[in-house]
Amino acid sequence: MSANFFYTIEVIANGLMTGVMYSLVALGFVLIFKASGVFNYAQGVMALFAAMTLVGIQSGQVPFAHLINVIFGTHLDKFGWEVPTFIAIILALLVMIGFAFIVERYILKHLVNQDPIILFMATIGLAYFMEGFGDLMWGSEIKKLDVGLPQGGNVWLESATAGWADGFYGFYLDNLDMWATAIAIVLVASLIAFSNYTKTGRALRAVADDNQAALSVGISLRTIWVIVWSLAGFVALVAGIMWGAKSGVQFSLSLIALKALPVLMLGGFTSIPGAIVGGMIIGVGEKLFEFAIGPYIGGATENWFAYVLALLFLVFRPQGLFGEKIIERV
Amino acid sequence: MNATAESYVTEDGRTIGAPVMEMKNITLKFGGVTAISNISFDIREGEIRAIIGPNGAGKSSMLNVINGFYHPQEGEIWFHGEKRKPMKPYQIAQQGIARTFQNIALFKGMSTLDNIMTGRFTHMKTNMLMQAIWKGPAEREENLNRDIVEHVIDFLEIQAIRKTPVGRLPYGLQKRVELGRALAAQPKLLLLDEPMAGMNVEEKEDMSRFILDVNDEFGTTIALIEHDMGVVMDISDRVVVLDYGKKIGDGTPDEVRNNQDVIDAYLGVAHD
Amino acid sequence: MFYRESGDFKTTYAKDTQTFPIKLDRMGYYTILAIAFVVIPTMLVMNVGGGANYWTNAILLPFLIWAIASIGLNILVGYCGQLSLGSGGFMAVGAYASYKLMTSFPDLSIFIIVLLSGAITAGVGILFGLPSLRIKGFYLAVATLAAQFFLVWMFNKVQWFYNYSASGQISAPTRSVFGFEVTGATASAEAKYLFCLVLLVGVAWVARNLTRGRIGRSWMAIRDMDIAAEIIGVAPLKTKLSAFGISSFFIGIAGALFFAVYLGAAEVGEAFGIQKSFLLLFMVIIGGLGSIFGSIIGAAFMVLMPVLLKNIMVGQLNWATDIAAHFEFVFVGALIIIFLILEPHGLAQLWRLLKEKLRLWPFPH
Repeated sequence: MSANFFYTIEVIANGLMTGVMYSLVALGFVLIFKASGVFNYAQGVMALFAAMTLVGIQSGQVPFAHLINVIFGTHLDKFGWEVPTFIAIILALLVMIGFAFIVERYILKHLVNQDPIILFMATIGLAYFMEGFGDLMWGSEIKKLDVGLPQGGNVWLESATAGWADGFYGFYLDNLDMWATAIAIVLVASLIAFSNYTKTGRALRAVADDNQAALSVGISLRTIWVIVWSLAGFVALVAGIMWGAKSGVQFSLSLIALKALPVLMLGGFTSIPGAIVGGMIIGVGEKLFEFAIGPYIGGATENWFAYVLALLFLVFRPQGLFGEKIIERV
Repeated sequence: MNATAESYVTEDGRTIGAPVMEMKNITLKFGGVTAISNISFDIREGEIRAIIGPNGAGKSSMLNVINGFYHPQEGEIWFHGEKRKPMKPYQIAQQGIARTFQNIALFKGMSTLDNIMTGRFTHMKTNMLMQAIWKGPAEREENLNRDIVEHVIDFLEIQAIRKTPVGRLPYGLQKRVELGRALAAQPKLLLLDEPMAGMNVEEKEDMSRFILDVNDEFGTTIALIEHDMGVVMDISDRVVVLDYGKKIGDGTPDEVRNNQDVIDAYLGVAHD
Repeated sequence: MFYRESGDFKTTYAKDTQTFPIKLDRMGYYTILAIAFVVIPTMLVMNVGGGANYWTNAILLPFLIWAIASIGLNILVGYCGQLSLGSGGFMAVGAYASYKLMTSFPDLSIFIIVLLSGAITAGVGILFGLPSLRIKGFYLAVATLAAQFFLVWMFNKVQWFYNYSASGQISAPTRSVFGFEVTGATASAEAKYLFCLVLLVGVAWVARNLTRGRIGRSWMAIRDMDIAAEIIGVAPLKTKLSAFGISSFFIGIAGALFFAVYLGAAEVGEAFGIQKSFLLLFMVIIGGLGSIFGSIIGAAFMVLMPVLLKNIMVGQLNWATDIAAHFEFVFVGALIIIFLILEPHGLAQLWRLLKEKLRLWPFPH
């Protein structure tokens, strides 16, 4: 076995872990899309907003400090206390649930029965709104997020595998990535359990299947919407914590949402397993492509590889990997 | 009835010509379900041909086969004496087959006038450059076709709603606009999928009158699906009856009315 | 009472289908053209108020150029119903095409160059429009992101596109029309303005003609119900591709102008990133989907609004610029949602409703 072989394995392993992170964001999309037919472009910004809120609460920031300062000439900055991580996460989750209420009350309710494409554009508007709002509330500087997860490369793994081949210095895998993968797997398993074994989960699936029929058996659509948007907010918070811990809480975090889109196109918009598998294909695919072909064509192919892959894939299979076959009735 | 029979004249003096469309041994399957099994019938030039049958008999599927949404696994379709190759719906439209839908399929964002103008699409030929310049050929062509469309509008008595967006019109008028769009194409064969579904008696009478007038004045060949037996028996020249994807009767309204299989299909028979 | 259509009978189909069927509208239209072509250039030449360059660069040029792009995108999204998030990438194609043409053929008129850049962009647009036959709705929207990211990456990495310059930037050499310089550092404000204005009027005129006739109706038919469009003889792929082509042609022209006339020098990621795609989409939504007039006022709105917000918050209230920028996000996002909820047809529809009211004024019944 040559060193190159092991390095390829390493690339695949890293790709899989990145893929799981993409899946995490894609999952939020799938939840909302299944239950309300809304393609929520704002999912990525929700992750950013959730992470900002978490950091803000943790470090005791005064919300809207900058804004209050410029209007009233005060010099607010921090309350001067630090909130324990666990409590801060709970509080951030509550903020996301409150946000779900607001979205339902002020946006979704008014857009019932509109074309999906109108709803999609509304969520683009929502994304812009939240981005500006988040910056006004917590400031736009890059923040460090630390929730106590181990950082850096896994030394044990690296030293244990070094020397497996000539010129191979061992697998370099990031501790945080591995933790994130584990947490994502637990999250997905619990979401699937939730949707299969609880009453609310059954109601969600009923709405996803046929919302008129669900209405007629006494399921409140509006309540369901609040629940799925809260769930999506929860998923966004988890994704925000993982990505934030990895690369800092900053604007570029919201761009991972764009990466989740090709994941969805591969996996199909309505399938949770699809989101997972799609994420891994994209993660591995883009890492391998960059590793094998990137150096010859100038690098940074991760910027577009996922989209072009999804585009080509869709031309041959428009419903995605796990999506239901689209049947057009006349 | 013999496919090569000569033309004849009906009691009310209309000339019915040779078959324009012949369906030969059509079989259509969706996965394991057979929607149409081995059905043959023809449509003669100038006649009003009805396709009837209980729900799920395969009537709409048959229309969809004729205008190319579905491609049958077996059988041949002959149009104007030529065997038709598998075609896309828009190519079939260009051959002169127009239709209306059971659930209205109008262009909701456009006015009545524009909707009917779209029916002229296959007759308009100016290219994109001429369209961009507008003055000259494009405008002339537009106005010539507008003239034809205005005749259709007069004929259907919908002058007053010319510029109204169709989404705002009541159901009966929408059906009429949809008929107008099909008529504007001046089709050789007009397919009507339940043109009177959901209408009250008065609207049905109007619609029957339009169908008869179209056939009478322009000599348009019409194939229609309809559930209202009274209407079907009144206006059609010949009727084909389908049940569970099979043909169980074919002939004049009187012949069909007295066909035992047809009576059984509609009234139900005791299986014991 | 004064704004009315009664007594103004149409005796020919041509008169019935003219762009401004009401006399007062026609007069208003000619007045605006006169102001745009005579009054504003005169003011720029005389430098009334002393801010000719500021006004041209901050408002006039961006408005004219974005209006062209916005008409382009509206044809695709508003008329043909195909959502695209790749406009930024297509503008980049126009920009880089014009750069290569300008540097390869120094004697070619800039007017020809801009049109050719549009044509090249149309070709690229058609290529990326090909999947639209199989992919619909937001699947297509996401697929157009492939165009956005791939094109930006390509212009960044393939050095041939920026003539191997070390900075990776492209900068526009001086080129002229009829002896008047319109690109490069020495071009005058009024020449740039008039050049873009002529192109905008031309684009608006062509767009209006295309949307009023056979082709426009086939686009709208595909938008409203593609199955019904097929049964009246509209070939879906050909029709969608024609919308992609025309739309990209206009967007390419806008991209060429944005780089050559407005910016002068550009770096692809910064000048034509994904934010530009969204900005353009917002113009179309706010102005009104399926309206040429709406595209123009949408562009005016999105160009003026940040300038206004900045003037109020930074100029008057002395706020920090980053807070003003955040406010702009909040404001734009809220506006998009409000428009989609209250008036999906945008500002153009509000204007129509106002005219409806005006027709009856002062006797409301």
